Amino acid sequence: MIFYLLRRIVYTVPIMLGVAFFCFLLVHISPGDPLVAILPPDASVELQRQLMTLYGFDRSWPEQFFGWLWRALQGDLGTSIATGRPVADEVFRAVGNTLMLACLATLIGFLLGSLFGFVAGYFSNSWVDRAASALSVLGVSVPHYWLGMVMVIVFSAWLGWLPPTGAGPGGSDQWAWDWAHIQYMVLPAVTMSVIPMGIIARTVRALVADILAQEFVVGLKAKGMTDSGIFLHVVKNAAPTALAVMGLQLGYLLGGSILIETVFSWPGTGFLLNSAIFQRDLPLLQGTILVLAMFFVLLNLLVDTLQTAIDPRIQR
Amino acid sequence: MTVRPARLLSALIGCGLIALTSASGSVLAQEKVLRIGMTAADIPRTLGQPDQGFEGNRFTGIPMYDALTQWDLSKADAPSVLIPGLAASWAVDAADKTKWVFKLRPGAKFHDGSAFDADAVVWNVQKVLDKDARHFDASQVGVTASRMPTLRSARKIDELTVELTTSEPDSFLPLNLTNLFMASPAHWEAKLKAVPASVTDPAERAKQAWVAFAADASGTGPFKMSRFVPRERLEVVKNTAYWDPKRTPTIDKVVMLPLPEANARTAALLSGQVDWIEAPAPDAIPQIKSRGFTVYSNPQPHIWPWQLSFAEGSPWLDKRVRHAANLCINRGELKELLGGMMGEAKGIVSPDHPWWGNPSFDVKFDPDAARKLMAEAGHSAAKPLKVKVQVSASGSGQMQPLPMNEYLQESLRQCYFDVELDVLEWNTLFTNWRRGAKDPSASGANAINVTAATMDPFFAMVRFVSTKTFPPVSNNWGFFGNDEFDALIATARTTFEDKERDAALARLHARIVEEAPFVFVAHDVGPRAMSPKVKGVVQPKSWFIDIAPMRVE
Repeated sequence: MIFYLLRRIVYTVPIMLGVAFFCFLLVHISPGDPLVAILPPDASVELQRQLMTLYGFDRSWPEQFFGWLWRALQGDLGTSIATGRPVADEVFRAVGNTLMLACLATLIGFLLGSLFGFVAGYFSNSWVDRAASALSVLGVSVPHYWLGMVMVIVFSAWLGWLPPTGAGPGGSDQWAWDWAHIQYMVLPAVTMSVIPMGIIARTVRALVADILAQEFVVGLKAKGMTDSGIFLHVVKNAAPTALAVMGLQLGYLLGGSILIETVFSWPGTGFLLNSAIFQRDLPLLQGTILVLAMFFVLLNLLVDTLQTAIDPRIQR
Repeated sequence: MTVRPARLLSALIGCGLIALTSASGSVLAQEKVLRIGMTAADIPRTLGQPDQGFEGNRFTGIPMYDALTQWDLSKADAPSVLIPGLAASWAVDAADKTKWVFKLRPGAKFHDGSAFDADAVVWNVQKVLDKDARHFDASQVGVTASRMPTLRSARKIDELTVELTTSEPDSFLPLNLTNLFMASPAHWEAKLKAVPASVTDPAERAKQAWVAFAADASGTGPFKMSRFVPRERLEVVKNTAYWDPKRTPTIDKVVMLPLPEANARTAALLSGQVDWIEAPAPDAIPQIKSRGFTVYSNPQPHIWPWQLSFAEGSPWLDKRVRHAANLCINRGELKELLGGMMGEAKGIVSPDHPWWGNPSFDVKFDPDAARKLMAEAGHSAAKPLKVKVQVSASGSGQMQPLPMNEYLQESLRQCYFDVELDVLEWNTLFTNWRRGAKDPSASGANAINVTAATMDPFFAMVRFVSTKTFPPVSNNWGFFGNDEFDALIATARTTFEDKERDAALARLHARIVEEAPFVFVAHDVGPRAMSPKVKGVVQPKSWFIDIAPMRVE
């Protein structure tokens, strides 16, 4: 097990290097000026050249890449061109905000998805199944930025029930778990939960329908077990797969949703990426993507390790 | 009945606490707070030289800082003109026109209590121009140096007199100086001292001092920074010791929120989360008005043009074609398309501007005259003139580039133009703009649609019509220029009396309109919507607006 774990950790090194390299390459080959954040539209070429030198963008790409990588390995992701603030501070603050939102969205998605899935699975091929399935397909298909805007219009502009933007009355650094703050999370979290809800509902529906058709359920019924007893057996059998899908969805949501966080001005990683892209803030863009990629790699490592612990055959 | 002293004391303390709580409650209730939803995705930089274009100057520049000269933002019905700021007066040296003497305003103080004086001016010039100064900050150079291209240095003469030197005689300097905001040297020094001793590299120490300064800034402006949450909110409170009584605020606190998405901004206003939003979603304007909010707009010093190519082989080399295109656009109809949120352009500046100059060519909608000119130039419906224009799908100041360009494409068809639109990503278009019409990046385009701020003469006119500003030096993308224009520019630049300088600029502007190196289309009107409780609002003909005299009722 230890050797397996070490081998997997060693495997992550080239993955991380590959991510860092492609991330650097992509942001550098895209057209435009890397200093657009601090150079106004009308800056002269002379001034542009002067700043390229001051910021080190006149150096060769390999020189820039290895310099950045060396600093990143020491925990220094550089400073944002646009704000001058350390990238690491910006990214980790945003990750914390996205984590809160993603957890709530996953929870909502899991609860509603499981509910719709179980109902559809239990009453398969009935109108209840069709209605629940239609809802889950809608959840997967509807453009969530559109849904976000509609929710803002209905619940904020028309009804005035919930605030449309921001992360609390005093900003995220004064966050507290009370209604005054949580109400700011409701609309973005519900919008964000729609996709996991749809996916979990479809998964659970298929699982429940499949489990109900298995022989052991017939056996349980023949033994005279009550419906609620059978339901518990079905839940136990469906739970591992449903939880695995939920974990995967949480992983996706941790990456932040650029569109949802921008629509709701939620100061997470998606909002940060949006800002970095539009300002062409290369250090911020590289740093954010690298940290998010690290999250995915580490999450995969964790899942693989847990699966191996449960089922040792995977080691082979 | 006996009253025990301890119980009496407790009762008194209790009453006192209740009274105090009520009093503070009523103070809080009476606090006048103005909440603004900006279009920026982040708080513009707060360290003195804001980023995010002129929205930065509007919200983290002018409210928190002052410059030596400033724009008069107190009138809605006349162009915004230059007035004294932290400099009470200024004059060019009679013998050496590259030297200017600025007399500073006595009694002005920074928010940290230190005095504003000649040393502070020298320090603020050095922060962006002197690479050897320990407080030099590369991140502030771009947004500052480009807006005062000829300023080279500053020298203290006495406590309240400073001499500025330019690279060449330049009468535009006082206008350019509106972009150099004065940050407090004493406050920065305090931030530098607080940098941990473990940081030994002087450049790194200076950088960290600027980051700390940005989080707790000190200028001389009518509002003082009180709270800053990166990417989320900036709070400023009134500076009761402000030097200008007319601009001493009555609003206690202003909260600025970055809300980049137009619909979310609109919802924030309609739901009462903010009192003021910049650039409401155009489709929502009728609804905003119907809910009792006020929508302010006024033409800004801004031009939305097609900049034409004068490179060899360009169809625009024929003046009749340039005039025809200008005569073929129904700007009134385009304005209607934009919900009224547009000023109709008749030149780079509007006819009420001191630089207008009465050009002999009238930019208006006259399709018959346009077709006549095109026929004279050898074009017809059967033999249209092919032109290709590089445009963007979005971008700072570009208004609504796609529907606007598609409207132009359709309009020009009736005057025998066959317009091809080459739509590029904004940063790409922008990079191409610097490279010029002869560069391969133009991809055969003979016009480009990049909008421009026109507040000072260099950015409004000179960079587009001087032979010294051909790419890659500056933004004369189309290579338009000749001796006549160079002479007009030189005259304007070396005329130091304000009215005469404006007259020289008016002659330059008139000739630009007559030669039409642009298709002049629109001026942005900077729409913003506000709650009716915000009073004393003056929307000037400017990119900026003065929050200081406003009231919240």
